[in-house]
Amino acid sequence: MENLGALALLLAFCLSLYAIAGSAAGALKKNPFLVVSAQRAIYAIWILITLASSILVYALLTGDMRFAYVAAHTNHAMPDVYKFSAWWGGQEGSLLLWSWLLSTYAAIVAWQNRKRFREMMPWVLITLAATQCFFLILNVFVESPFQMLAVGKGITAVQDGQGLNPLLQYWTMAIHPPMLYLGYVGFVVPFAFAMGSLITRQPGDAWIHVTRRWTIVTWLFQTTGVLLGAGWAYAVLGWGGYWGWDPVENASLLPWITATAFLHSVMMQEKKGMMKVWNMVLIASTFFLCIFGTFLTRSGIVSSVHAFGVSSIGTYFVAFIAVGLAITAYLILDRLPYLKTEAHLESVLSRESSFLFNNLILLASCFAVLWGTLFPVITEAVMGEKVSVGAPFFNKVNIPIGLFLMFLTGVGPLIAWRRSSFESLKRSFFWPAVAGLVLMAGLLIGGVRHPYALLSFGLCLFVAWTIAAEFYKGSRAIAARTGQNLVLAAVDLTHRNTRRYGGYIVHMGIVFMFIGFTGAAFNKDTTVERKVGESFELGKYTLTVKEVLDGDTTNYAWQRAVIDVTSNGSPVATMSPERRVYKASRQPTSQVHIRRRLNEDLYLNFASMSQDSPDKAIIQAYIFPLVSWIWIGFWVLLMGTVVCLIPPKVKLAYAKTQVVGVVGKHAPVEN
Amino acid sequence: MKTYGKFAVLVVVIVGCLLWLAVGGISESKTYYKTIDEISQMGPDAYGQRVRVTGDVVAGSIKRNGKEVAFTIAEQGKDRKLNVIYTGTEPLPDTFRDAAQAMADGRMQPNGVFHASSIAAKCPSKYEAKPTGTPVQQPLNKASL
Repeated sequence: MENLGALALLLAFCLSLYAIAGSAAGALKKNPFLVVSAQRAIYAIWILITLASSILVYALLTGDMRFAYVAAHTNHAMPDVYKFSAWWGGQEGSLLLWSWLLSTYAAIVAWQNRKRFREMMPWVLITLAATQCFFLILNVFVESPFQMLAVGKGITAVQDGQGLNPLLQYWTMAIHPPMLYLGYVGFVVPFAFAMGSLITRQPGDAWIHVTRRWTIVTWLFQTTGVLLGAGWAYAVLGWGGYWGWDPVENASLLPWITATAFLHSVMMQEKKGMMKVWNMVLIASTFFLCIFGTFLTRSGIVSSVHAFGVSSIGTYFVAFIAVGLAITAYLILDRLPYLKTEAHLESVLSRESSFLFNNLILLASCFAVLWGTLFPVITEAVMGEKVSVGAPFFNKVNIPIGLFLMFLTGVGPLIAWRRSSFESLKRSFFWPAVAGLVLMAGLLIGGVRHPYALLSFGLCLFVAWTIAAEFYKGSRAIAARTGQNLVLAAVDLTHRNTRRYGGYIVHMGIVFMFIGFTGAAFNKDTTVERKVGESFELGKYTLTVKEVLDGDTTNYAWQRAVIDVTSNGSPVATMSPERRVYKASRQPTSQVHIRRRLNEDLYLNFASMSQDSPDKAIIQAYIFPLVSWIWIGFWVLLMGTVVCLIPPKVKLAYAKTQVVGVVGKHAPVEN
Repeated sequence: MKTYGKFAVLVVVIVGCLLWLAVGGISESKTYYKTIDEISQMGPDAYGQRVRVTGDVVAGSIKRNGKEVAFTIAEQGKDRKLNVIYTGTEPLPDTFRDAAQAMADGRMQPNGVFHASSIAAKCPSKYEAKPTGTPVQQPLNKASL
């Protein structure tokens, strides 16, 4: 079976080479049969990689310990769901997952567009197949998941495997990598269309319209992936945070930042025909940052707590990125005449300008994060000495950027295209601004002294108010006309222009997240050693250690502290943080106990028993104000993104020109 | 062109502010990577700098004492050891235990003890747990290819 799997991957690799060659030859010689055969090669690649992945998954589920990968990442006592998720629990498997997702996307793209874009499609397929080819090289020749243990040749059979890292045996970790990968891999598609469009010198924006849904869905996956990772860090790692500016976290954030900039700036191209070169640059950056992110997590180039083992695949990635960047840069430069802007900026007070600053600031943030992440590599190359920067650097740069973005989130969508007058600005923003300022004044009087926190809360209210006002104004007009109540009118309003109002909902989600982030300014914590029966205080809570229990399961042994929590004398909760030692890997982990509330989370970690006085438990207690709003914000964002994907009831005027897409860019736009 | 001029000014102001913040952030949090040997050779020079030092936790050296955690690290195959006291507030990572590779961030104190404000630890081979005890150590044959 392992031979079949390895053979399938090898065949897939050969077919990916064929897809590149066949598609190129077909396009250049104008031979449609060759192009179709290349298309079919793409389907065949999907079938082959699916076969190989199934074999690996089957081996994982049945615990076939002859496979080195299975022995290293599962053990018999593990629940099936984690045996399955061991597919992406290690290097070889997760690279296979990358390949499989890519082949799935490529097959869907080939199928959806089999009768469209005859000129551009061969080049789209080539871009996809080339990326596929690169990952198959890794799967087949470098990190094969089908390595077998040499049982019988000096090695006795393995009875049981090492088990999946216990930190990964948690539900968000089971779905975090696939989500992130769905996001990472997904950006290949818009990038491939962008390249196809450049190579064939397409005049219009067809590539943007075709890939709009891809981009949004992919962006959603990526957002979900990043936040699941944050949620996992918060609930599992036990260091009480959701973001630590670790290189691997940054790697997932970088393409998200450029993708967000891209989502915004394509609107400039669709509506005004501006920023065409810029959009090409953004989508290419996003794609290469996705590859770079995979490289960073997989090669161990920057030391990180959660990087996978140091391995030789780094060189392959560097080569792929270098070649890819060179080709992309050449194409963009060579095709500049086809990317001429159709309009110019007219005023600083305009929608265009707000998009421009949105992009500038997002890119600045991306650059700062990249710079900080690679700082040790850069300083080692330049000064010969490794110097790293920590969280203070990232926070110092990114908090002001975040606040400025929040401001633009409120202002941008309401400001007029071309130019806006102070009069209209006053009309739109007077009350939201007053509300924000009143809140800030109120909080200041209430004792909040943290300047960034004050500003953040003020801006959050400002933005929320502008969004609510937009919904209210629009639905009131509809309600007056149709006699519906306001709620139904709001639904109708959203349905008329899903993209605009869905966007507002996404912005609202971001506002909630910012409320959650701001809560971090008021975190409290304490570490204590207490015997059973003793108590301690944190904030308004009194915590009493009631008992310490221990026990055993097939997978791990555990020890648990039971803690009674009271607030002002009245009982609040009984919490039981736990320590586990997993048997297969002999690794201890903490199961923190979190009491989640909208205003604040109480977070308890049972560190261990004290070594000096073995009857004392070491308890770490934290209060995290408002942190739940981050996850609430995510659900709102998810809902908003889904709304954006629903086709609008009223077709927008500019959409008519989409496939022709040559002139007529200034058609009236309902807005 | 007047509009573009205004834009240029705004862009310069924004980028300038960010650069200023970035430079401040770097000098505030820059940390030198030093080996245990290098730190001891630096002597008093080491006291002011933020340093990141990596070593394996000497088995049995971890002592918890209230909020502080004291332990000793050594580089593989070398004799020189470094006593570390962790004074940070965050709980130590689960991977931090005997023989783990620990990365301590902090400052050297004149008494020869390294005060760490944060600790990162990798279990001996990061996420790829190494086989222990089982007869399968290294000799894997290549894939069936």
